[in-house]
Amino acid sequence: MFPLKDLKRSLLVSLWFALLTFPLMVIQVDPIERVVNWRWHNMFFVAMGSFVISVVSKVFFAQKEQQLARKRDAGDEVSETLFQRVLHEPRALFLLSMASLVFALAFPFLFSTYQTNVMTTALMYVVLGLGLNIVVGLAGLLDLGYVAFYAVGAYSYALLNHHFGLGFWTVLPVGGLMAAFFGILLGFPVLRLRGDYLAIVTLGFGEIIRLILENWNDFSMGPSGIANIARPGLFGLDLNLNMAILYLYYLMIALLMITVFVVNRLQDSRLGRAWVALREDEIACQAMGIDKTRTKLVAFALGAFWAGIIGVVFAAKTTFVNPASFTFLESAIILSIVVLGGMGSIVGVIFAALILILLPEYLRFLSEYRMLVFGAILVLMMVFRPEGLISNRRRIYQFKKKG
Amino acid sequence: MDYFVELLFSGLTRGAIYALIALGYTMVYGIIGLINFAHGEIYMIGAFTSFVVATVLSIYGFPLLAIVVLAGVCAAIWSSAYGYTIEKLAYKPLRHAPRLSPLISAIGMSIFLQNYVLLAQTSDFLPFPELIPDFAFMEPYAHIVGSSDLVILVTTAVLMVALTILIKFTRIGKAMRATAQDRTMAMLVGINVDRIISVTFIIGSGLAAVGGLLVASHIGQINFYIGFLAGIKAFTAAVLGGIGSIPGAVIGSLILGLTESFATGYISSDYEDVFAFSLLVLILIFKPSGILGKAETKKV
Repeated sequence: MFPLKDLKRSLLVSLWFALLTFPLMVIQVDPIERVVNWRWHNMFFVAMGSFVISVVSKVFFAQKEQQLARKRDAGDEVSETLFQRVLHEPRALFLLSMASLVFALAFPFLFSTYQTNVMTTALMYVVLGLGLNIVVGLAGLLDLGYVAFYAVGAYSYALLNHHFGLGFWTVLPVGGLMAAFFGILLGFPVLRLRGDYLAIVTLGFGEIIRLILENWNDFSMGPSGIANIARPGLFGLDLNLNMAILYLYYLMIALLMITVFVVNRLQDSRLGRAWVALREDEIACQAMGIDKTRTKLVAFALGAFWAGIIGVVFAAKTTFVNPASFTFLESAIILSIVVLGGMGSIVGVIFAALILILLPEYLRFLSEYRMLVFGAILVLMMVFRPEGLISNRRRIYQFKKKG
Repeated sequence: MDYFVELLFSGLTRGAIYALIALGYTMVYGIIGLINFAHGEIYMIGAFTSFVVATVLSIYGFPLLAIVVLAGVCAAIWSSAYGYTIEKLAYKPLRHAPRLSPLISAIGMSIFLQNYVLLAQTSDFLPFPELIPDFAFMEPYAHIVGSSDLVILVTTAVLMVALTILIKFTRIGKAMRATAQDRTMAMLVGINVDRIISVTFIIGSGLAAVGGLLVASHIGQINFYIGFLAGIKAFTAAVLGGIGSIPGAVIGSLILGLTESFATGYISSDYEDVFAFSLLVLILIFKPSGILGKAETKKV
């Protein structure tokens, strides 16, 4: 039975929200016609809505508490989810990744071209997430301006293609290297900074790049951007639009596989372990003889390299770039992917990217409420899974019993 | 010379506004170590609340002074309520979570609030009623410094003094400083830390709301997106001064405001924000923890 005390609390909550949203939800003024529009029905909706949510969440939490208590009484520890157990079983993981690969390869034949196109975007964000994961997840350097490197890659291709007619495959490594160069450029001055100072400087750097692209008309054609960028070529074949979308999709799958392979190998390499050590304790790390400067710079450069590559793909995919695509919101979304995925976990990042990028796509039926819901979901996911979807466990040596 | 003084005053006005917002960032950061990305949105909500209240009152024919006072008070009350609620909903459950999780929660909150105002009100730019009249005694100087600049500077100065007194000399101020220094210790000596955190959010949000009112009537228009840039700039100012330090936030804000004003006045207005961020990078290269920030020494 729902206790009366909780009911009273829920009523108070709904009253609080009704008053809280009163000026913005109820009153609407037209300053030119000078009329006030009182929308009392909104107040009713808010009060009802918050009451229902409050009651439901109370019941939910009460049940969860009971379950936990029952488990504790029964004496078994809070067990991992089935999913997490699968991930730690190499054979199951192999099967799972094979199945998803087959599904990914068959995807364009199962769904429409539009869906394929959306999926390509999602895959791009997976790779961006994995790239940022090197900087934030492994090396622990909070980067809020990651989109700047993405922009560098996209503009490298756009400008080189526009002025010199260079093709996609030529520019792909160039864009990556350019971005890596910018990564080192940003890395040098910020090496001494810690945590949140680093965050704001990288944010500032991202904004500087965007503002320069917006204002330096002779160089970047300003806010109107660069149009008619060539799509990637396939041995000189002329592809129609549908084929080009298909081609880009498979290209992204290949790129994703390479990225996953490289990041996976990096994680357990000498360098990867140095990053994790640096993240955990800088001083101890230096005492162990790890070159702090070089390790950090490599993290920046490698992270930026991936953003640059995806930037080139982005320019080739949309055939149009302008500074409006590279706002802070973009950086925030990529960072959300890394944190939501569970810092440092590759599978987590893949899932998070798919959720966060496909979610707004499939929320389109909500039309203008889309971003509102997106923001709320971001908050809720963090509140319910603060460690991310898949928390990255440290590797532990398993000693085998001699028998 | 006149031009120089004009730029000086416009820079100070800008700085004063940044300071009102930056204080919220720096206080929250000082106490729970969180970059409260939704703070810019609180400022925007303050501006919108004062817009709604002021316009309604002026339609019903209230005198100007009453409008100004009521709009200011309402903006401060409602923004504080928003700040309080946000903390309870989005940050409090995450107090023991990994460091980046509250940050993402804050970014989500910021997106949510922007779209909430967009849907509840409008996406258009709204003309803000002129709340600050041109004073007669300012007539001779009107070409150098406007009346609204004066009001902004005086209001900010008064609020700063009040805040300093609150933090330095009252019981609650003492508790806030204790919590900022060491949360666990503060808890051990019997300070209700949750309440102190709430109070910090309330004060910071109230100041931001006043900033919102002042800017909106100074510039003359608002929309749902103004919080983003103002928030980023104010946060930059807070970091510039050394985050966590209250005088640092004020100094950082004034430096940022003056730099922007002179750079736009003498060099070019296109790159206003570039100057602001370049200044930040430059200062942090030489003083990695801001102007007044204490360099953290880590004991091993």
